[in-house]
Order: sequence, then C-alpha cells, then structure tokens
Amino acid sequence: MAYVALADREQELSHPHSFLTKYIWSQDHKVIAIQYGLTAIAVGVVALILSVMMRLQLGFPDTFSLIHPSEYYQFVTMHGMIMVIYLLTALFLGGFGNYLIPLMVGARDMVFPYLNMLSYWFYLVSVIILMSSFFVTGGPTGAGWTLYPPQAIMQGTPGADAGIILMLVSLAVFIIAFTMGGLNYVTTVLQARTRGMTLMRMPLSVWGIFTATVLGLLAFPALLVSAIMMAFDKILGTSFFMPAIISLGEQTEYMGGSPVLFQHLFWFFGHPEVYIVALPAFGIVSDLLSTHARKNIFGYRMMVWAIVGIGGLSFIVWAHHMYVSGMNPYFGFFFATTTLIIAVPTAIKVYNWVLTLWQGDIHLTVPMLFAIAFIFTFIHGGLTGIFLGNVVVDLPLSDTYFVIAHFHMVMGVSPILVVFGAIYHWYPKMTGRMYNERLGQAHFWMTFLGTYSIYLPMHYLGFLGVPRRYYAYEGIEFIPQSAIELNAAITIAAIIVALTQIIFFVNMTWSLFKGKKADPNPWGSASLEWQTPDTPPIHGNWGPELPTVYRWAYDYSVPGADKDFISQDTAPSDTAPETNT
Amino acid sequence: MIAVLIFMTAAVAISYWWLWNQKIMEEPWLTEGAEVDLREQTGIVPKSAKSGLIVFLAVVSSIFSLFISAYFMRMSLNDWLPIEEPQLLWGNTAVLLFCSMAIHWTARAANKGSNTGVRNGLLATGLFTSLFLIGQLLAWQELVEQGQYLQSNPAAAFFYLITGLHAAHLLGGMWVWLKTTLRVLAGQNAQQTILSVELCRNYWHYLLAVWLVLFVLFLST
Repeated sequence: MAYVALADREQELSHPHSFLTKYIWSQDHKVIAIQYGLTAIAVGVVALILSVMMRLQLGFPDTFSLIHPSEYYQFVTMHGMIMVIYLLTALFLGGFGNYLIPLMVGARDMVFPYLNMLSYWFYLVSVIILMSSFFVTGGPTGAGWTLYPPQAIMQGTPGADAGIILMLVSLAVFIIAFTMGGLNYVTTVLQARTRGMTLMRMPLSVWGIFTATVLGLLAFPALLVSAIMMAFDKILGTSFFMPAIISLGEQTEYMGGSPVLFQHLFWFFGHPEVYIVALPAFGIVSDLLSTHARKNIFGYRMMVWAIVGIGGLSFIVWAHHMYVSGMNPYFGFFFATTTLIIAVPTAIKVYNWVLTLWQGDIHLTVPMLFAIAFIFTFIHGGLTGIFLGNVVVDLPLSDTYFVIAHFHMVMGVSPILVVFGAIYHWYPKMTGRMYNERLGQAHFWMTFLGTYSIYLPMHYLGFLGVPRRYYAYEGIEFIPQSAIELNAAITIAAIIVALTQIIFFVNMTWSLFKGKKADPNPWGSASLEWQTPDTPPIHGNWGPELPTVYRWAYDYSVPGADKDFISQDTAPSDTAPETNT
Repeated sequence: MIAVLIFMTAAVAISYWWLWNQKIMEEPWLTEGAEVDLREQTGIVPKSAKSGLIVFLAVVSSIFSLFISAYFMRMSLNDWLPIEEPQLLWGNTAVLLFCSMAIHWTARAANKGSNTGVRNGLLATGLFTSLFLIGQLLAWQELVEQGQYLQSNPAAAFFYLITGLHAAHLLGGMWVWLKTTLRVLAGQNAQQTILSVELCRNYWHYLLAVWLVLFVLFLST
C-alpha cells in the first residue's frame, strides 16, 4: 500500500498480519492512541482512589487508622504527579494527539510510526516503574508532587530511599517517551498535511495539540535536567541542590547547593506544563462548541494567535509559583506582570467561546454539556488565578486551600471535563457505536455539580486560612468547627464524584458491545476525521486516495448550502444546492 | 536562567517567523479550493526525517541551555572552585572538528554518487569520533588524577555531567552511523545513503557547535 504523501514522495505502511502486530505491537496511530488512552485512564483511576483516601483522612480524621501521616504525603505526591503527567499529559497528547492529528490533517499515519510505537511502550514502562514504587521498602516518595529538595531526598521524608529514585527514573523514561511521541506529532503536522490543508485550515484541536507538543518538547527537558541533577545528589553525593544540612543530628556530606535552583528548573517546566494540558483542552473544546452549536468558531484567527501567543508567554511566567521561595522581590513584580499579560489571550479565547454559542443552534448533547461546563469551571479557575498572580494576594493565600481550589478548578476539573466531552464526542468514530445518552447525561450532571461542591467550598477554607499539605487540623485554634464540618461535606462530595465515574466506565464498556450502531458522522461535523470511508477508520485511514481539502473546518449553517455543514473535503462546485441534490 | 531564556526567545522568535511565512494572517473562511496551499506554489517539500531532526535538535538545545543556566546559577554561590581544564580538551576539540569535516565530505561524496568516497568518509568519521570519545575519557582521567571527583566541587560535577551528556549524544549519533556504515559495507550504493549521511552530517555539525559553546564556557569560568 505505497502512497504518495506531500512530504515524502513515497512511504510504506506497515502490514500487520497477526493479532499481536495489529493490536499489541501496533504501529497504527489509532491503536497506539487507544493504548495510550487506556493506560492513562487506568493510572488515573489509581490517582482518583488516592485522592479519595486523602479526603477520607481530611474529612474524618480519626476514623481511618490505616492512613498515617507518611502515607498521606505519599498519596498527595502520587496523586499530583500521576494526574498532571501520567494522566493529563499522556491522555491529551499521547491519546487524543495520536488519534486526531493524522485523521484531522488527512494523513495515513504519523510520519514515524515505529517511533510512535516505541513512545507508547516507553510510556508504559515509566508507568510500571512509578507503580512499582508502591511495593518497595519505604513506599513511594512523599515529597509532594514538586519534589523540592532538600527534603525530597533526606531521611525522614517517606520514600526517601527507593521511592524518590523510582520517581526520578520514571520521569526520565516518561520524558523520553514523550519526546519520541512529540517529534511525531510536530513533524506530522509540519509534513503530512494533505493537499489543501494549510495551517490556517487546521481544526483548533490540532492547533492546541501541536502547540502544546512544542511546549512539551521545549519544557520537559527542564524536568529532565532537574531529575538528573537530583538523582546525582541522591545517588552520587554531589551538591547541585543540596545545601550544607544536618540530618538526624549529623552533618551530611552535602554543602553549598541551592534548593532555589531546583525550583527555578522545576517551574521552568512546571508552568509550561499547565499549558501543555490546557492548550489541547482549549483546542478540543473549541471544536466541540462549534460543532454542537452548528456555528463557525468565533474569531478563528484570534483563537490561533491566542494559542500561539500563550505558548510563547508560558515560558516567562514560571516564577509566579515561587513568590514565597525567597527570591528577589523585583522578580515578583516582573512575573506578576507577565502572569497578568497571559490572561489577555486566555480571556480572548473565553470571549470567543461564549460568542460562538451566541445565537447558535445549541444541541445539548453530552459532549456539548461538558464543553459548556468547561467554560464555567475555566472562568472560575482563571479568575482565582488572577488573584494568585498578584504577589501581595498570593503571599497570604499561597499556603492555603485557596491554591488547591484554584488549580483544581483550572487544571484538574476543566481539562478533565474536556477529556470526557472529547471521549463522548469521538466515541462513535473510535468504536462505531453510540454511547447511552441517559447514562452520559447522568454522568455529566453528577460530575459537574459534584466537582463544584468539592472545590467551591475550598475557596472559603482558603480565605479562612486553612493551611494545605496538613495531615490533620486538630488543635489549631483559628480553624472553626464549621470548617471541620465543611471538610467532611467535601469528602462526601468527593466520594460521590468518584463513584459517579463508574457510570462512565459502565456506559463506555456496555456501549462498545451493545450500543446503537453509529452514523459515520453523527454530529454533522465538517472536519476531516468524520469523513473517513470506514467507521471506525481502518489502518491507513483513507481509501485509495488521500482527501483534498478545499475549505476550513468550520463551515456550519452556511447560507444557501443544502446541508447545515460543508465538510472540508467538499469541492467548491459541490456546495451549491442544485448540483448536490 | 538567562541562557535558557535566550534560547527560548530564539526558539519562539523562529517559530513565530515561520508561522508568519505560513500565512497565519490569512482569513481561512474567505478562501476556497486547494490551490491556496503554499507547498504547491513553492514546491519545497523537505524530508520528514530532516524536519524531525531539527525538532529533535531544538529539544537537545533546550537541555543544554538549561544545564548552562544551572551552571551559571550554581557558579554564583560561594563554594564554587573553578577547576583547571585538562589541556587535552584542545586536542579533543580539534578531533571533533575533523569529525565534522569527515562527515561533511562524506555527504558530498554521497551526493556525487561516489561509493568509495562514502565508505572512506564514514570510516574516517567513525575513527575520529571514537578518538574524541576516548579523548574525553582521558580528560576525565586527568581530572581524577588532579583529585577533582564528582563530589569534590560543583564545578567538577558540572564538568563531568555536561561533558558526559555531550558524549552520550555523540554515542547516540554513532548508533545511526553504525547502521549506515554496515549498510554501506554490505554494498549499498551511495545514492541510497544520501538521507542517512546527511542526517549524520547535520547532527555532527550541531554537536560540534554545542561542544564549542561548552568549551568556551568551561575555559572562561
């Protein structure tokens, strides 16, 4: 099946024959995407369970004797790291990136399919290494997901022996996996777009994933560098980050290192990471809103520029995570300014989403509900971000539940709502079946209202000054009884939300076998992935010839057209009603 | 973080410049048809592998510029004792220069279709690169004899770490070199090796440039 791609004159697709090469050692981007997705969701469930354990301790402190302080910190650490990196990054880029990029730009596969396969297997290895740290002496690291030295590698921190080493190794392997995948996503967008698919005709999902991948490729090295240097400090006894310090009453060999250096390196990765997760969500949600409101996305060019602008700005805001680290106060002024500037393109995107809905023909399908809910949670989390971006407001709030509430709204709940919306949206294409609408609606409402009842009260706890990272609050005088009771209520909401996800898994699994057969294009979507000859698309995606693209991806409700959308591969002469009937 | 910020500014500027050239100001809702595709007008279609390598080199640059940033920041703390770089590094630098010349010459031979030229060029590249790697090991050896261990002083630690990382990247390149050389020795003709050899050439030139930056950094601090 040799074919002519625009980039390389000729490229051979692999020919899978056995079950093993077709579904396990597969080089097909769609299979790899699903492997990535399932692994990420599986590890995400682990992180979800960990968060419930944390909430049980916080809500009912004396009831669960099996959760000790050290386990609590291990749960915190693993929950954070898994959710941010092994779930969200892997799912958006490895999962949706893999599935959508070739289909949306009209390619048969990624440009380096073998590398793509390796990427998944390296990712799986990194997950296995991470999970194995639950089973070593001392357990996983409890250093907090930011792994700040010196405590991350000092005796007394849970998992300071094997746990932290496994964490650093796992991160390094993950970064290698991500780099292999990322090279594919970027190069595929650059090289393998089909005829007529200019950059400005790409759906915003591709723009979001593409830009996020570029950010990831440039920012993950910062995590790699800090992980390598910390591993040297831990294993070989160098002093990159470790100051002269006394441990367990004895002077250690360390001297002169700088913990703040680690924070700079970590957050130089850490802040772009926020956008690595957010930009794909921005892109996908734009497509969901436009499709289900039967209206072109408002301000497409602005949306693209905003994505690209946010990408550039995201590298100069990192130190707003470090206002309390004791760095030069003038830096705080600079980083507060850049942080507020980055709110401008972000706000443009929010306005454009709302204006896309304005006078649209809104279909309240499950994906649409999730997309609209995202606008709520994202505005909410974004506004509290403006609070925290200012140094004077951040200083008192930094160590409280306000921060937990802020970043869970903006970086936890918002992207996860998009993940769910995207899964429901593309489920018919991926599986060829429709999901159960009622279960989907139930899942949406319980998740949306449930997460709100978890995180909204946390803002209030933050204003009260309830400190985060604490295992228990007994004997702290300024925390009123009502806050303790609120914590119990939050825990109950968290348990309900966690259990609600069972509905999702039941729906997905049941529909896979018993769901109604799906239409090839059930939403009437104009973008290319819905125009494949087969549903689900077969290996190679397109028939004997690659599609040609004649228009952008948002021709919805065009006056005079015979349908309420014109797909991207419809030639100009076919759009007039008389020629098409 | 100055070094990495300079790199990021350059990377972002190049990306924006490239996007600008891709008609990012175009209003896509007004244009119809397939002819607007720039690639059809210019006819310039680079090889995927070459674009992929450029993206990969951006990642590697990010790693090195972060290490350089960390180097400067750690240097400003008061326990930093500058080390005396082995004089051997001058020789190694010259050898690495020969590597680049050899692979450059190989690529020209491949484009001219000279089978023996490609073979000899690749072998010379392999020889010089191995020499460089051995030279770096000897330089490490010299430092150890000076009593500069990994733990003794942050300057030494950074020296081992950064040179080791550079050598690791060369070793990665040697993997591709080995596969190409084996194919050539098995009788593949020059025409078919152009892509591999050119990729090697770009990679070796890049690593030479990185080494020159690192060398200046070590000498000047």
